[in-house]
Amino acid sequence: MNERPDPDRIEVQVVDTLQPDGVQEAPLEEQVSTLRLVATLAVAGALAGLLIVVVNLHTKPIIDKYRAEQLRLAIYEVLPGVSLYRTLYLVDGALSAVVPAGAKAVDFRQAYVGYDEAGEMIGVAASRGESGFQDIVLVIFGFEPESGVLLGMKVLESKETPGLGDKIFKDQVFVDQFFARPQTPLVAIKAGSGKGQPGEIDAITGATISSKVVVSIINNGIAEWQPVLEQANLERNVPEEAP
Amino acid sequence: MRATTPTQDFVRGIWMENPVLVQLLGLCPALAVTNTVKNALAMSAATFFVLTCSSVLISSVKHLIPKEVRIASYILVIATFVTLADMTLQAYAPVQHKELGAFIALIVVNCMILGRQEAFSSRNTVYRSLLDAVGVGIGFTIALVMMGGFREILGIGTFFDIPLFGPNFEPWVVMVLPAGGFLMLGFIILGLGVYEQRKLAKEARGEAA
Repeated sequence: MNERPDPDRIEVQVVDTLQPDGVQEAPLEEQVSTLRLVATLAVAGALAGLLIVVVNLHTKPIIDKYRAEQLRLAIYEVLPGVSLYRTLYLVDGALSAVVPAGAKAVDFRQAYVGYDEAGEMIGVAASRGESGFQDIVLVIFGFEPESGVLLGMKVLESKETPGLGDKIFKDQVFVDQFFARPQTPLVAIKAGSGKGQPGEIDAITGATISSKVVVSIINNGIAEWQPVLEQANLERNVPEEAP
Repeated sequence: MRATTPTQDFVRGIWMENPVLVQLLGLCPALAVTNTVKNALAMSAATFFVLTCSSVLISSVKHLIPKEVRIASYILVIATFVTLADMTLQAYAPVQHKELGAFIALIVVNCMILGRQEAFSSRNTVYRSLLDAVGVGIGFTIALVMMGGFREILGIGTFFDIPLFGPNFEPWVVMVLPAGGFLMLGFIILGLGVYEQRKLAKEARGEAA
């Protein structure tokens, strides 16, 4: 049992040190022609590419469907009471219901205008990402464009520290604060030190940076979208052409 | 290289030559994504798939690959299978794919996989390479699940998302952070080393007696 399995590892090292010789094209006997080397790699590359394309054709629709579904669910979550929404695209600083011909929808910032069952506008949802403690935190939030009241938020992507920073979406008490219709701009405060001001959000102990990022995303996002939405002068009722 | 039987090819990768715990190969994913058992399993499954497919393919075309471009060819083969695994996971296990993040793509540079191609598949038959790859893959899975299990129990207080302790359990958060990965790997290797040494000492005593 005490035979150590070294031979394999030693061989790997030996081969590795030999490798530069092959690269230097030392005039060894039985040299393989360069053409053959290139041809081998080219054929292998072409086959690999073909295989990837085939699998991608199969998996891409599933992935896209999942993404769209996640986004749709998130919009319904951050705009409580919404029964349908339509997507508006930010084209050259103004909102447009359609994407310019020849352009892809994903290349434009998007806002989702939500309507309730009676066709009344509830609010607008938009997503925004900012640097968190580890990586970009991507948040989708819903708000009333005129009053600036926040309706809800959901973290779409985050790599925040498990157990600490990830409380921004795992701690229900923290999340619920964003659904209590706070007035924006929000202010992140130390938990329990609130003075009853509108827009106070109790930050999570041990996750101050992550909490502040969420608040900052929402504040900056609303500041960014409010003027655009005001300019667009959205109809209060669901437009006829909406699906 | 010492001659081995097919059984040995299969068995040694599982424990005696365990890629992570004995050869210390493939440590990057072993440390990075083993904070829960589920993640460890998803990572193991992806690596297992890539390793097995690459070994079979490379051992079957080994005579067609000129020596000079073999490393490039191996990487090309491995990268292809990684991309396939990446897209498949994203389509069918999106939650795990999100958790594992960039580490799926990084299987390409997992030295354990390239090491098996260079040391074994490129000079053995398809059948032997398959056995070897499956053995090493199982060994990799055992090591990752072991790490993931311990870290999840200590760091979150759950096993496979099932809470193990009462609500008063204070999770040992450091265990699910990267530092905890290093600690856990160190302790596991230490434990195995102590066990091995005792066994050796016992055998030595047995022979002397």
